[in-house]
Amino acid sequence: MIEIKNINKTFGDRHVVKNISFSFYPGKTNLIIGESGCGKTTILKLMVGLHEVDSGDVLFDGANFPKLDVKQKQEIRKQIGMLFQGGALFDSQTVEENVRFPLDMFTNMTKAEKAERVNFCLKRVQLEGRNDLYPAELSGGMKKRAALARAIANNPRYLFCDEPNSGLDPKTSIVIDDLIKDITEEYNITTIIITHDMNSVIEIGENIMFVYKGENWWTGDKTQILGTDNKELSDFVFASEFMKTFFRKK
Amino acid sequence: MPIIAIISVFMGGIITIQAAFGFTSPLVPLYAVGFTTRESILLEFSPTIVCLILAGKVGSNIASEIGAMRITEQIDALEIMGINSAGYLIFPKVAAAIIIFPFLIALSMFLGIWGGYFMGVASGACTEYQYVFGIQAFFEPWKLYYSFTKVIVFAYIITSVSSYYGYYTSGGALEVGKSSTSAVVYSSILILLFGLILTNMFFHR
Repeated sequence: MIEIKNINKTFGDRHVVKNISFSFYPGKTNLIIGESGCGKTTILKLMVGLHEVDSGDVLFDGANFPKLDVKQKQEIRKQIGMLFQGGALFDSQTVEENVRFPLDMFTNMTKAEKAERVNFCLKRVQLEGRNDLYPAELSGGMKKRAALARAIANNPRYLFCDEPNSGLDPKTSIVIDDLIKDITEEYNITTIIITHDMNSVIEIGENIMFVYKGENWWTGDKTQILGTDNKELSDFVFASEFMKTFFRKK
Repeated sequence: MPIIAIISVFMGGIITIQAAFGFTSPLVPLYAVGFTTRESILLEFSPTIVCLILAGKVGSNIASEIGAMRITEQIDALEIMGINSAGYLIFPKVAAAIIIFPFLIALSMFLGIWGGYFMGVASGACTEYQYVFGIQAFFEPWKLYYSFTKVIVFAYIITSVSSYYGYYTSGGALEVGKSSTSAVVYSSILILLFGLILTNMFFHR
């Protein structure tokens, strides 16, 4: 379980994250949603320590991450898998080398065990047989899937996904969403997904925080979100004609 | 390596022809052509000028590679995995340059002197005997020590400065280009500055 308590972040005179508190549960798909520029990615970067919090706590199963020393932070980070918006695959390595990277770094597995694990992860994301391709040779969806394979290679306890379906077609988006949900439930991972894709919210949103102008504006799940009377959330959820037509409760 | 080889051979030839052209007095022996070529190449051309060229090639390559990794979140990915990204990305480059640059410069010295020999003899600026005698005359081994000390310092400057600019890139492709340019400019300035300091140290009486 990950909890954030009263976290704040300012860049210059811009107060980007304002006193946000929320709990992210294991085995559930926890979503952070909101408009572009509302502070979602900053919250995620604060949680994993890519930005320092100005104040507040980020608790990984009780351990206050910002207050840990470098060694302790590294120990927690070894249990984190992260799927970046652009994949962030290492350009100089093949798909197989990318997925094997955390295993090479942090495990004592034999070469055969690593190969087995890599092939298992690639099969899980439906990329079997693409081991020798370089990131430049992959499509956007394949990059995301390869990055997801790398994120889960070392059996993480915590999985962070930054807009996993941005730039993907609806079909591939559903594949990615289903994969993340399956992995989360199967391995009881604490998964945090940043998205502004309403299809994802409706498909996999079990524990949702809506961020508006840097504040925790609303919390709930996918069934509650469709019946919300919160104006800002309603404007966000039902922005598209599709959502208005098919999901807005009369 | 090909660019170092080509430049060294041609520069050796050019230095020899210019030296031969300049030594018109009958009081200056013709073996001075070989001597001048050797001194120019060993003391300055190979360690400094070639390192300035390497700053342009290797330095811009390192800065743009690390810069691109930064803007595509590959460095963030390393950090999140619990890896010291600076150590992982920069240290091997610095170590490799410190080990490999002296070999490249030694090759440059050899090819520069060989280029001078070829052009000197082929153009009739001096005889084979005069050139070979010249490159052996008044040789002081400590000057090689001075040259290779410079190379090691310059290798460290090129890789560390370029890595720094690449690592602290923020923004997009435009900023990667700017980092690359800054890396070359500041590496070159520091090479010249440290060249001056080391020369003053080694040649101080």
